Amino acid sequence: MTVESFVFWILALLTIGSALGVIVFRNLVHSALYMVLTFVGVAGLYVLLYADFLAAVQILVYAGAIAILIVFGVMLTQRRDMQETNTFGKLSPISGLVAFCLVAVISLSVVQTNWVALSDQAPPDSTVDLVAGLMMTNYVVPFEVAAILLLVAMIGAIILAKGERSR
Amino acid sequence: MNVTLNHFLIVAALLFGIGLYGVLAKRNAIAILMGIELMLNATNLNLIAFTRYITPGLLTGHVFAIFVIAVAAAEVAVGLALVITIYRDRVSVNVDDLNIMKW
Repeated sequence: MTVESFVFWILALLTIGSALGVIVFRNLVHSALYMVLTFVGVAGLYVLLYADFLAAVQILVYAGAIAILIVFGVMLTQRRDMQETNTFGKLSPISGLVAFCLVAVISLSVVQTNWVALSDQAPPDSTVDLVAGLMMTNYVVPFEVAAILLLVAMIGAIILAKGERSR
Repeated sequence: MNVTLNHFLIVAALLFGIGLYGVLAKRNAIAILMGIELMLNATNLNLIAFTRYITPGLLTGHVFAIFVIAVAAAEVAVGLALVITIYRDRVSVNVDDLNIMKW
């Protein structure tokens, strides 16, 4: 067993296990903490895939900003006891079946497909300059659109959270 | 045994399935948002795994994953603002209670 596969199995177990924790725990705060652990595990998998810049973005945006947002949401919407805040609905059994079938179909098609690499280049040592080059040349219009989307979403979130009456 | 593309794709499929189950089965609106985040993470993992094993050296998948992260950030901000507004109106974030648009 090489070091790479050893690290992969640890990170995969961490990611999947903590993702299960998000679903299984009945206390919403525990679910939020396990979600952060899932994000960190995914960032580790990114490092293993030679995506150093995206691993940093994952830690900053997901484990930092989005986790804080979710915790704020939990704090602002739960006033009572935190126990039993994250329960299952009526559709739980059938949605389990749907999710299981989807995973089974995806896994089957992944295993049966013969993936062919389109180039045998070695992955670059640092992805930052390559990603920056693509963002500023081929994908500059989507980049600007994403900027506008973030601005609009920010204004929309402020207006929604501020409410109609306080205007 | 070396780590191959299939390993990463199966991990991503499991992550997506867990997120989907959370979205469909949970009653708390914030738990549903968490499930959506897990699913978006699974897609990003797929994009980067394909970049690493199918087109190494061509980083289009990375750029795409960055856009997915930007959209996910916008989505969670607007989603939480909606949840907070609903909570202010109805003092509940249980999606079973939100049947105002039901026929």
